Amino acid sequence: MAQMKTRQIFHRGLWEENPVFRQILGICSALAVTNLLVNTLIMGLSLIFVTAMSGVTVSLLRNMTPARIRMMVQVLIIASYVIIVDVVLKAFLPDVSRALGPYVGLIITNCIIMGRCEGFARSNPVWPSFVDGVASGAGYAVVLLTVAFFRELLGFGTVFGFPALPGDWTRWTIMVMPPGAFFVLGTIIWCITYLWPKQQKAKAGK
Amino acid sequence: MEGGLSAPVILFAAIFTNNILLTNFLGMCSFLAISREINSALGLGMAVTFVMTCTSALNYLVYYYVLVPLDLVTFRYIVFIIVIAAFVQLVEMVIERFSPLLYVVLGVFLPLITVNCAILGVGLFMIIRNYTFVQSVAYGFGGGVGWTLAITALGGMRERLSKAPVPEALHGPGITLIIAGLMALSFMGFSGMIQMQ
Repeated sequence: MAQMKTRQIFHRGLWEENPVFRQILGICSALAVTNLLVNTLIMGLSLIFVTAMSGVTVSLLRNMTPARIRMMVQVLIIASYVIIVDVVLKAFLPDVSRALGPYVGLIITNCIIMGRCEGFARSNPVWPSFVDGVASGAGYAVVLLTVAFFRELLGFGTVFGFPALPGDWTRWTIMVMPPGAFFVLGTIIWCITYLWPKQQKAKAGK
Repeated sequence: MEGGLSAPVILFAAIFTNNILLTNFLGMCSFLAISREINSALGLGMAVTFVMTCTSALNYLVYYYVLVPLDLVTFRYIVFIIVIAAFVQLVEMVIERFSPLLYVVLGVFLPLITVNCAILGVGLFMIIRNYTFVQSVAYGFGGGVGWTLAITALGGMRERLSKAPVPEALHGPGITLIIAGLMALSFMGFSGMIQMQ
């Protein structure tokens, strides 16, 4: 039974309610860090860690936090975990840390984490909150990696830094520049909504 | 970049060549949510510009006069967030008390701003780039104006778009992102004018 529930949460976080292409949350970093797969992977892992751990903490404190200041408490919890990530990255992966620059800090304002804390962890026990955090973070990471895959492949002709296309490949430089990010993500959302339209069109408007 | 660029140049760069939204992708969330029509886009833009200018000044002072001497630089994320949240709260109360009219215009947008990544992003960028006080304020103000420009332009385009034959699956976020891409492309035309990292 518990196993089933875990699976459901994963399915929902990864696919049905995928934060990026279903709910359009956390786009900022989705676009900024996706020009190289390595950076994207680190960013995705950091986000999974922060989402899961803040989910756990918010859930642990859920009976003690006064409702009026809960947003503030959540932000502080998230910020603490982001600091941990930042310090760890600086110590062990200084190059990646420099490449990601301020975007590590900007995990704090990533709406996905806030959304999961507010929408799930606040009213659920610890373990489901943890699973939910990992699932949502993973859903985000998967989309990011997809975007990064196309951008790096078309822009540099490489995958994870290894050449993947013939040597005479003309690089689409635009793909690693900011506009490329918008185009790739827009196209991916387009394909997904086209192939798998949302089941219920209940949500009015677009 | 230490002291390299004068404040007006930074101001200009932040609006055009390094538009905070189109090249740094900051503030996308509210960008996509609010940019449906020009009026609300403009309102939010004004609120963001104001808060961004003031908080970049505040954050600068807090960072260099409190955090650096105390060797607490690692905690800048938490401190910046608190400064921003407190400032927004304060502004909201002041406006509500003294200018009900302005409150009607900007009030709804203020709570949204605390979680706008652009505000925090400006604070983090100014530290990374070693800006001076004047440069930071110029960057904050320019960033806000640039953001407003982008979101208003997009709002205008989306108003038109509601009458255009867009493919069914592309409705909503998809087409918005692609338009934003085209806008980013056109803003890249400015980039030859100033080099700034």
